[in-house]
Amino acid sequence: MSSEVVDPDWVLPSPRKVGLLTLILAECALFIIFVIAYLFYIGKSLNGPYPSEVLSWPITASIALLSSSITIVFAERALKRGSDRGFQIWWGITILLATYFLAFTAYEWYELIYHHHLTISTNVFGSTFYSLVGLHASHVVVGLMVLMAVLLFSLFGKIQHRHHEHIEMVSWYWHFVDVVWIIVFAVVYVIGI
Amino acid sequence: MSTPTITPDHTVGPTDLAAKKPSFSLSLWLQDLVFTVDHKKLGLMYIGSGLIFFVVSGLMAAAIRIQLAIPNNDFVHPDTYNRLFTMHGTAMVFFVGMPIITGMANYLVPLMVGARDMAFPRLNAFGFWMFLFGTLLMYFSYVGGVGLTGTGSAPDVGWFAYAPLTSAAFSRGHSTDYWILSLLVTGIGSITAAINVIATVVSMRCKGMTLGRMPLFVWMMLVMSFLIIIAISPLSACQIMLLFDRFMGAKFFDTQAGGSAVLWQHFFWIFGHPEVYVLIMPAFAVASEVIPVFSRKPIFGYSIMVAASVMIGFISLGVWAHHMFTVGMTSLGNTFFAISTLLVAVPTGIKIFNWIGTMWGGKIRLELPMLFCIAYLVQFLMAGLTGVMLAIVPFDWQLSDSYFVVAHFHYVLIGALLFTIFAAVYYWFPKAFGKLMDVRMGLAHFWLFLIGFHLTFGPQHILGFLGMPRRIYTYSEDRGWDLWNMVSTIGVLFQALGVLIFVINMAWSYWKGKDAGDDPWDAWTLEWATTSPPPEYNFEKIPVVRSARPLWDLKHPDDPDWKFD
Repeated sequence: MSSEVVDPDWVLPSPRKVGLLTLILAECALFIIFVIAYLFYIGKSLNGPYPSEVLSWPITASIALLSSSITIVFAERALKRGSDRGFQIWWGITILLATYFLAFTAYEWYELIYHHHLTISTNVFGSTFYSLVGLHASHVVVGLMVLMAVLLFSLFGKIQHRHHEHIEMVSWYWHFVDVVWIIVFAVVYVIGI
Repeated sequence: MSTPTITPDHTVGPTDLAAKKPSFSLSLWLQDLVFTVDHKKLGLMYIGSGLIFFVVSGLMAAAIRIQLAIPNNDFVHPDTYNRLFTMHGTAMVFFVGMPIITGMANYLVPLMVGARDMAFPRLNAFGFWMFLFGTLLMYFSYVGGVGLTGTGSAPDVGWFAYAPLTSAAFSRGHSTDYWILSLLVTGIGSITAAINVIATVVSMRCKGMTLGRMPLFVWMMLVMSFLIIIAISPLSACQIMLLFDRFMGAKFFDTQAGGSAVLWQHFFWIFGHPEVYVLIMPAFAVASEVIPVFSRKPIFGYSIMVAASVMIGFISLGVWAHHMFTVGMTSLGNTFFAISTLLVAVPTGIKIFNWIGTMWGGKIRLELPMLFCIAYLVQFLMAGLTGVMLAIVPFDWQLSDSYFVVAHFHYVLIGALLFTIFAAVYYWFPKAFGKLMDVRMGLAHFWLFLIGFHLTFGPQHILGFLGMPRRIYTYSEDRGWDLWNMVSTIGVLFQALGVLIFVINMAWSYWKGKDAGDDPWDAWTLEWATTSPPPEYNFEKIPVVRSARPLWDLKHPDDPDWKFD
């Protein structure tokens, strides 16, 4: 045994990855509480409007957000290949898809507020809906800001092949935001209606 | 980490300037406090601010005890009284317990795993300043809580702030808003600190420091950090909901609009109970370092200790509703949470036996850290036993929200956590400042505090049995509570005197104490391998570790531990 006491190839996981994974764990705990609140309050509103009257499936937005998870992987691969142009194109497409998702949310909320008169203080459905969907949307906003910052850096030539792990971290966060959307979609638009 | 001669960039700058200057410069010192990203300085800043808030909250507790010393007392106004117990509870958990344990993790974890700093030094500084900002927000409520309505001061809703007392209708002014925002902000600080500890432990260990060779302190800080991450986020979530309720008229906890007050209790205790284990893990951590060193034996059952800590971490996530037996849950719910709570006693019992097993047959040195740890063992056992009693549902129905509960959790938080914090200060002060603490003052502190603690909180068990509810402003003479309340208040005197001597001891030892040398206790973990105080880069050469007791191997090359692994 004694010859094997210290492993000659001592390699530990990257702190970046560990840090991001633990951050995601913290975010999961945060989202779970809002999801539980939403599930708990389904059908407990004392007055309308009710979910089935005003909500419809945000299909195009969901497709946009989920495919942005694929385009960001293409961007990552382009960077690893050393193709800056490819990286910028796929990264830009990711930003466009995310922007479409947010625009759709804005439109959905506009409709709900001005035509269906549902605000956060209307009933418990309004409270839980705006807080859960809003919490997710705020994560998309943060993600979008990071995505745009990276694109800006890249256009100035500051993102190079050696930054691929940084880029991978952005992409992990983005995948997390997407997975959360699947859960939010299931809870709000499938179970909730 | 493989090239030991390189020092990180952040060590050059204001710190070096300060070192070159022979005379003390206040402005440079303050500048260094603000600019520093060194884990040791931040650790000491955490602990220092924690100790300051400890004295402040302790004085609040003293005011509460004076108010309750005799029946029909009116030492403070009833409204002031409500603010006192709210601020005392909130501050002791979030501004005393959390920063001191975060500070200990900050100071010791990188040293113990043989790293030069935490994984994210700047995030570390960010976390500290978020914590301090949050604290100041809370204390600012004394002047800022008035708001535009002309009512309100410091928060007065109790530290768990049950709905609907916190709704805009019942809590006027901005007192509760300050409470919410302060805890949100300090929560961000705690989460960043926890992420940092986990990344440091996973990614920054020196060569040869496998998980099975990590000091138990580091293991327990790792478990604590995971609990912080899983527990503080739900707190932030329900604080956000309450904020929406108060500012935007959301209906989460508005019972008249379909909201649920009980949901707040669930959400709060989903945070609140793991939080108790967040606060007790560092006690385990300190005891697991101090007891072996002062018994001159390696820890008994290392791997079982690790397993028990992880088990406690897991089980603690499923016990929260034992705070809510009186709410009226289903029998199934009551049974589940009673059983899960009783289950915690199993790994905890294992730990107590392991510490006793470590002492058994050892050559025990009754130095100050060891004295505090022995007191901890006894008091933690008592706290655990009352905890098991409260887990029995009908017993809890009788004594919930009585002084019995107050006595129980003060035995946990003072008898276990605070006593081990004192042990940690006496144990690691020589490392942090290079000076030994005075033993005579230390002994006076120990005995005064020990006697005062039991005088104050022992009788509160009896008061609970006699039916005295917690948080009452005063009581009439015919209840039979006078004697025990008076005894309880007298105990505070002893505790206050003990703490005063402790503070004087720290100051005296810092300036006049005997030089400690690098390794005053003949200990075995890596922090004792460097100088006292450690240089900014911690280790001149990153160590290589072959066993769980690297310094033993170094001191006894003829009989190293790793031969028997």
